[in-house]
Amino acid sequence: MDLELMSSSIPKLLSATVITLKLLSLSLFFGLFIGLIFAILRLNKNIFVNKFAYGYSYLFRGTPLLVQIFIIYFGLGQIEYLRSTVLWVVLKEPYWCAIIAFSLNTGAYTSEILRSAFQTIKPGFIEAGKSLGISSKIIFYKIQIPIAIRQSLPAYGNEIILMLKGTSLASTVTLMDLTGVAKYIISTTFKPIEVFIVAGSIYLFMTFVIHSFIKYLEKKYSFQ
Amino acid sequence: MDLLAFGKTGWGDELFIATLMTIAVSVTAMLIGFLFALIFTPLKLSKNKFLNLIGNFYTTVIRGVPELLVIYLFFFGGSGAIMFVASIFGYNEYIEINAFLTGSFAIGIISGAYSTEVFRGALQSIDRGQYEASKVLGIKKNIQFLKVIMPQMLRLAIPNLSNVWQITLKDTSLISVTGLVEIMRQSYIAAGSTRDPLFFYSFAAVLYLLLTFLSMKLINRLELKYSRGY
Repeated sequence: MDLELMSSSIPKLLSATVITLKLLSLSLFFGLFIGLIFAILRLNKNIFVNKFAYGYSYLFRGTPLLVQIFIIYFGLGQIEYLRSTVLWVVLKEPYWCAIIAFSLNTGAYTSEILRSAFQTIKPGFIEAGKSLGISSKIIFYKIQIPIAIRQSLPAYGNEIILMLKGTSLASTVTLMDLTGVAKYIISTTFKPIEVFIVAGSIYLFMTFVIHSFIKYLEKKYSFQ
Repeated sequence: MDLLAFGKTGWGDELFIATLMTIAVSVTAMLIGFLFALIFTPLKLSKNKFLNLIGNFYTTVIRGVPELLVIYLFFFGGSGAIMFVASIFGYNEYIEINAFLTGSFAIGIISGAYSTEVFRGALQSIDRGQYEASKVLGIKKNIQFLKVIMPQMLRLAIPNLSNVWQITLKDTSLISVTGLVEIMRQSYIAAGSTRDPLFFYSFAAVLYLLLTFLSMKLINRLELKYSRGY
């Protein structure tokens, strides 16, 4: 055990954690929007809209995240037309490519989580709202969405942790996130176990914080 | 479509073999995972605090740390660890371990942590009465497990194991970083030499979709078989 290497790698790994957290929070932010939109599309009665949303989630849940990142980072740059548009400013940066891939990926999973949450809302809640003369728009925003969020908290907590682990793939497109820096230190020192312990502990600590936070929210917003 | 031709002109046969490699790694990893689950599920259910701690440590650490980090640990640390064990037995030559085995082992350990959780959940949801009834009938302990508990446990476990399979299948794409030529690695090579990454990575996505789709069909059949009578 090389304790000196472990203690000297802590500051490097911690500064890389900032990038991991940035990737995570931005992806979750965009992913939640995407997920909400596609969950609503899934509940649409129009069969084309419905199938389109299902196809989206099937495509992103059925393929590895690595393929998605590679298509966006290596693949899209190949399209000549894209390079002449404003989009290229975003797509040439590996940082934004990773965020786009993560957001689309977590969006697909989130849409499934929210859809099942919307579907399990008891019709009685909506009927009660209707009989009180509340407009269906307000019923949606003030009754359905809050209940759906509460219902989906445990599953969404898992999704956040999966996404935290997913951000490690950013290291495959040259980003120096926590895993990227850990790999760099391992490949220069050939001390995989020491670095794994430090980097793994940082990840576990983040998982623990997310897990506890979700548990707290679940308690706070429980129906009792 | 020329790019996908079989033979020397296209990448069809290479990608076909790479797909078989992905399937081989996934199946091996899943089986290694079952072995781990076989060891760690009893530990997690044990009444002994210490054994319990070991079981929980395994599932918590593996499920809380990115797959890629675990793969790097095995990729860079695997041959070192084996050489260390070999040096105890007096063998000091350099040992290089096979990329297939390292990869399957790394993914297997990850998949094992998920399988352990699935088996634990399934075993815990079997009614106590089942154990008592088979005891009253004088059925021996090992037969009780094989003929009474296990069939019921499998029925409960198969839907969740199918999720584990999907995760494992998708995780195998990550061992491409170690150089094992599976779908992702082959697409990377093909994309590099033809300068057509969009086409090859999209094709890789199609291959993965095909694999997940076909395996779902198979698993659904298995599910029907085990839920006969329900």
